[in-house]
Amino acid sequence: MSINATLIGQMITFALLVWFTMKYIWPPLFDSLEQRKKKIADGLAAAERGQEEMHLAEKKAKGVLKEAKEQSSDIVNLAQKRANEIVEASKDTAKKEGERLILVAKAQIEQEKQQAKESLRKEVSALALQAAEQILSAEIDKTKHQDLLNKISNQLG
Amino acid sequence: MATEAHAAEGATGYIIHHLTSLHVGEGFWTLHLDTLFFSAVLGGLFVWFFKRAAEKATAGVPGLIQNFAEMLIEFVDTQVKDSFHGHSKLIAPLALTIFCWIFLWNFMDLFPVDILPLIGSAMGIEYLRVVPSTDLNATFAMSISVFCLIIFYSIKIKGPWGFAKELMFQPFGPWLLPFNLLLKLVEEIAKPISLALRLFGNLYAGELIFILIALLPWYLQPVLSFPWAIFHILIITLQAFIFMVLTIVYLSMAHEDH
Repeated sequence: MSINATLIGQMITFALLVWFTMKYIWPPLFDSLEQRKKKIADGLAAAERGQEEMHLAEKKAKGVLKEAKEQSSDIVNLAQKRANEIVEASKDTAKKEGERLILVAKAQIEQEKQQAKESLRKEVSALALQAAEQILSAEIDKTKHQDLLNKISNQLG
Repeated sequence: MATEAHAAEGATGYIIHHLTSLHVGEGFWTLHLDTLFFSAVLGGLFVWFFKRAAEKATAGVPGLIQNFAEMLIEFVDTQVKDSFHGHSKLIAPLALTIFCWIFLWNFMDLFPVDILPLIGSAMGIEYLRVVPSTDLNATFAMSISVFCLIIFYSIKIKGPWGFAKELMFQPFGPWLLPFNLLLKLVEEIAKPISLALRLFGNLYAGELIFILIALLPWYLQPVLSFPWAIFHILIITLQAFIFMVLTIVYLSMAHEDH
């Protein structure tokens, strides 16, 4: 119970323990704690930065996608327009061609009609002349009435 | 029960036997070998454990030992940061040592009161007190060391004259100098005495109750010693904690310049 030299021994032990803890135990453990704290903080910051970057990239990708969509719709529109134009143009040329063909045909028909008319007239006039000749052969001297005959034939022509 | 010889002396003999240290020497130069031995072994245990943790310490994923050591370090560091606002390389390791060492001392109280003395008597050791904190020498050694640190830091931070001024002129001004001095001296000296006696008293009483329970019939012992042991787990931690926190507070007071 009494205070004695044990006190001194205990004080020495205590001093040694405190010295040892101070020198060899506290610093490395505390340092590792601090380092881990820093590591975790860095990691968190990096994660945040990564997330931000991802957001940015997402935004960018969205923008690119939108642009591409617009471009593609533009291209489609253009193509449609062009196709319409081509169709219109071909329609036009077809119409024109048709009209031209019709005109050509009409002209041909006209020509043929004229030819037919011509030949018909010639035939008719020849027939008429013949007929008239036959009718008149008796009465009309061919040589005498040549002028008149020519006149009639011209009129018929 | 301890030994045949003391069993014959009855309950009082048993108790006295349990509370007698293994000692050598005479008068002041008596050494309590059991106190010295157990506190040194426990101190070695503390140092060994933390040294292992410190050697393997990494900033990466901590192992089990490192985790536990870091838990204690953070706990102590929080206490220090809460009450001590200066900058000192000593206080935090000091607080850690005090907390762990006292806790281990107190923990010896949870061993069955007879088992270690029984082993001791088998080895020819007649007296054995296994709980260093039931020895006034151990608790006073620690509190006097802390007291020396308080005085040392008071003088170092405030200067000899500043410390003397604080002792003489506070709290009532220079006109009541002797009264101030008396008050301050009592206040300072009360610090180590209260630290040592609080720890000693709690643990001594706890040990005594364990011894008294051990005197009861065997079928009553578990009923009493089990709840008391559980309660004691709280007490031993609390006493270690109180000693540590008060040390931090006293040292931070020594660091404060008025």
